[in-house]
Amino acid sequence: MTDTVLAERAAPTPRSATIDADLPRRPRRLGRILRYVPHGIIAVYIVVAAVGPLVVDYDPLATSVTDRLLSPGSTTSDGGTAWLGTDGVGRDILDQVVLGARTSMVIAVLTVAAAGTFGVIVGLIAGYVGGWADASIARLIDILVAFPGILLAIVIAGLFRPGILIVVLALSAVGWISFARVVRGASLSLRERDWVNAARVMAVPRRSILGRHVLPFVVGPVVAMATLEFALVVLAEAGLSFLGIGLPSTSVSWGQTIADGKEYLELAPWISAFPGVALAVLVICVGLVGDQLTARYGGNRR
Amino acid sequence: MRTGPGDTGADVASQRSGADVANERSGDGPLLDVRDLDVFLPAPSGPVRIIDRVSFTVDAGRTTGLIGESGSGKTMTAMAVIGLLPQGAVTRGGLWWRGENLLTAGPRRRRRVRGREIAMIFQDPLASLNPSQTVGRQVTEIPRRDGMSRRELTATAAELLGRVGIPEPARRASNYPHQFSGGMRQRAMTALALAGKPRLILADEPTTALDVTVQARILDMLRNLREQENTAMVLVSHDLRVMAHVADDLVVMYAGRVCERGPARDLLRRPLHPYTKALVESVPAVHTKTAIAAPLPGSPANPAQRPSGCAFHPRCPLTRVMADDGAAAHERCRTEEPEVLEVAPGRWSGCHFAGVLHDERSSTRVAGRNGTGPDTATTTEEEERP
Amino acid sequence: MTEHPTGLSIRDLRVTFGGGRRLLGAGAPPVTAVAGVDLDVAPDETVAVVGESGSGKTTVARCVVGLVRPDSGTLSYDGTPLGPVRGRPAEIQRAIQMVFQDPRSSLNPRMTAGAIIREAWQAHPAAAPAGDQHAAVRDLLEEVGLDGGVARRRPAELSGGQCQRISIARALALRPRLLVCDEAVSALDVSVQAQILRLLVDLTREHGLSLLFISHDLGVVRQIADRIAVMRSGEIVETAATEDLYRSPQHPYTRMLLDAALDLEVAET
Ligand SMILES: Nc1ncnc2c1ncn2[C@@H]1O[C@H](COP(=O)(O)OP(=O)(O)OP(=O)(O)O)[C@@H](O)[C@H]1O
Ligand SMILES: Nc1ncnc2c1ncn2[C@@H]1O[C@H](COP(=O)(O)OP(=O)(O)O)[C@@H](O)[C@H]1O
Ligand code: SF4
Ligand SMILES: [Mg+2]
Ligand SMILES: [Mg+2]
Repeated sequence: MTDTVLAERAAPTPRSATIDADLPRRPRRLGRILRYVPHGIIAVYIVVAAVGPLVVDYDPLATSVTDRLLSPGSTTSDGGTAWLGTDGVGRDILDQVVLGARTSMVIAVLTVAAAGTFGVIVGLIAGYVGGWADASIARLIDILVAFPGILLAIVIAGLFRPGILIVVLALSAVGWISFARVVRGASLSLRERDWVNAARVMAVPRRSILGRHVLPFVVGPVVAMATLEFALVVLAEAGLSFLGIGLPSTSVSWGQTIADGKEYLELAPWISAFPGVALAVLVICVGLVGDQLTARYGGNRR
Repeated sequence: MRTGPGDTGADVASQRSGADVANERSGDGPLLDVRDLDVFLPAPSGPVRIIDRVSFTVDAGRTTGLIGESGSGKTMTAMAVIGLLPQGAVTRGGLWWRGENLLTAGPRRRRRVRGREIAMIFQDPLASLNPSQTVGRQVTEIPRRDGMSRRELTATAAELLGRVGIPEPARRASNYPHQFSGGMRQRAMTALALAGKPRLILADEPTTALDVTVQARILDMLRNLREQENTAMVLVSHDLRVMAHVADDLVVMYAGRVCERGPARDLLRRPLHPYTKALVESVPAVHTKTAIAAPLPGSPANPAQRPSGCAFHPRCPLTRVMADDGAAAHERCRTEEPEVLEVAPGRWSGCHFAGVLHDERSSTRVAGRNGTGPDTATTTEEEERP
Repeated sequence: MTEHPTGLSIRDLRVTFGGGRRLLGAGAPPVTAVAGVDLDVAPDETVAVVGESGSGKTTVARCVVGLVRPDSGTLSYDGTPLGPVRGRPAEIQRAIQMVFQDPRSSLNPRMTAGAIIREAWQAHPAAAPAGDQHAAVRDLLEEVGLDGGVARRRPAELSGGQCQRISIARALALRPRLLVCDEAVSALDVSVQAQILRLLVDLTREHGLSLLFISHDLGVVRQIADRIAVMRSGEIVETAATEDLYRSPQHPYTRMLLDAALDLEVAET
């Protein structure tokens, strides 16, 4: 049998000449490269968040009256250049944008991980176990959804001492719902698939059924959901910081910097503008990647 | 998006006048002309020719049946026609749709042909329906894109589901696919295909999963469609009984190649290829007692590892008869790939010894041949003669 | 367990779907899928269930393998009562296997054919082959008429018929005594169907395997079944030895089914 394969390849019939030579090439190379632009930009953010704080020497408590409200590109009193200008107390905006990237990313990653894990587990239980568990979870979700998400986060964050973990908790409190919904829907339809039934007939342990026959098929939609959630969390965190709840005043975040700049919007618009742009670009890029993933895995297909 | 590129296509599709239909009937040439179609699929060791020089034609208002064993490439042929081959597939040859070669058409053009001019009913209705949308919504996808109002969409959904015989269509339109039985899903898929008022419907095993009563109803429905709207159909099925009742022409496939094609009735009555003959003989009869047919030896050839010469030779009963002194296969069958030739008016066969089969039928040497023949020899031959 | 193996016994089986309490919302009205079914499948025996779509054939099958919990009625195998799968003794779990209707959906698309078959042995180490599992997988694949190399392929790379044979191989891997086949050959081509039917007949002969064979193909059923039960709207309207049923159908519904069935010759008139 292998002989025949080799024969087919080695001595193709005259009509086909060489198979590869006249096979058409796939067009639209440019389009395919453009698809990956958002991925590249996100990679830059990750590098900045990871490496930036090692490079940047920034002290939120160190103020310098002489360097107040310098415009972008000015020279500071110690001879350096404030590429993105300085804020109302003379701190460097570039430093704050770089450090804020880490804060935003860390909070977003932790929140998405926490909300995702919890949501996937809850969704699996609701979808696969069904019945009573499903009904109670559905009610809980209905109740939570009745509140605006950010309001719930504000209440939770306001109740506790500021800190990263509190912010993560506050944002996860609503973040898990969308994961649970996606996973519930997917596992509801997976439960009907005969490969799951076949495993049940063979008395495969329930843990293995979930892990092997259900979970792998919700990964796609969950990853797509995670990117969208990531973008939302970055925004929500900035919102909380802007309102001055959640993070301690010593930590640096885009939201805080934007809030600091609001007094100087006419005088020194760069204070709010640069972290705002950093935030917007990240959210847009993550959203674009999320859309691509949703197109591929979303809608619970397959 | 709503009013964009869809407009003109929708008009053409939905307002097909009687004159238009008449034109097609008397039109020049077939609606679909598949000529020397090759499909390559990527494999770890390089592209594999899953479909090998397949040719057939479909005329308006006629049904062409594709039959053949599992893995013989029926679905891949249909997928090539509708342009939904798996990622990385490469096609070559001619796919002439009303005078236009679809293989060289751009992706946009293909998308417009798909759904509105050529529609497909898929083999696996559960995987082809979106579990998170109601059936009604999915069925009205095309009218929705054409900007139909909500109220009209609801009515259209009910009308389409009603046409395929779903009871209480208006209420059922709001169900999700998992709330439908297998037969109902199949009907929903059919309704989805009808929504675009296509000229050609590709139906991949539309009745395989259904029981006889539902099957009969779906086949009736497809037949009515052909008569009323002059819709052409490519019917993929391995059920020869269904084919005998619905198809006008048949294309028999084996390992990605055509082994025989011709008018259905004639072909089933007097197969001119040993493979077709074996298929016909394996159909279990309902109204007479038959033993389980002696199966062909071996398993269906995989197009990725096609045997040399005639792909059917390792399993062919005829080649053993033709071979000299007890060899497993005739020399020619092992080394020379048969061409699909017209061996009788309208009858094309890809067997070196089609002539023998042809003569056999018109002479009385049948018994002698079968006496030495292998286990697929049959007792039904005498009855089958007209 | 009784001394004499009695096989499968179903008594007054009733199953209703839906109509359950919902916390909110009305919910669908209940559907009676099975309304009092009695059926026996003796060891060595092949019993076919025929009937139109929605008549409850699949539901009976799913009760037998323990996927559906009946509302009332009793199921037993060799005298052992049959509850949900997980409540059954391991030996009974192995003894009753099922082949499903939809070949694509019965196999996990992410797993290779080999892994799919080996999973059966992971769940029931007692049934696992003593030696090389990979070799055993190849043997099983060959037994159902597939090339051993298929073990490395995933369902998406296989055609529908090939998938169905893998699912039969998976069921056979546990050396069952009762095989429930829900439209198991409906998706196969006639020539392959003949091979599988032969295979099933051989298995019933050699291993004393009994079959509960659900099919809508009255031709296939005639070739393989010892007895046939005709179902309509959740009830069995007629049970008879195969040839008796075809020669002298008693119930009007059976007659209607037989009249609706196509034969190849019909078109040739
Ligand atoms: N996505 C794929 N990648 C690689 N090979 C494939 C793929 N899909 C199908 N094949 C192979 O292509 C060949 C033709 O498959 P196809 O689905 O067309 O068969 P078929 O005649 O429709 O069979 P069936 O009656 O079982 O549906 C088979 O050998 C199959 O294994
Ligand atoms: N999980 C389910 N939920 C609700 N109704 C069901 C379910 N399974 C089957 N039914 C209904 O029960 C009846 C019998 O179905 P089934 O046993 O699948 O019939 P068959 O196999 O004979 O086609 C049908 O009316 C079907 O719609
Ligand atoms: S060419 Fe030879 S092997 Fe092929 S079908 Fe004809 S006789 Fe058989
Ligand atoms: Mg197919
Ligand atoms: Mg069924």
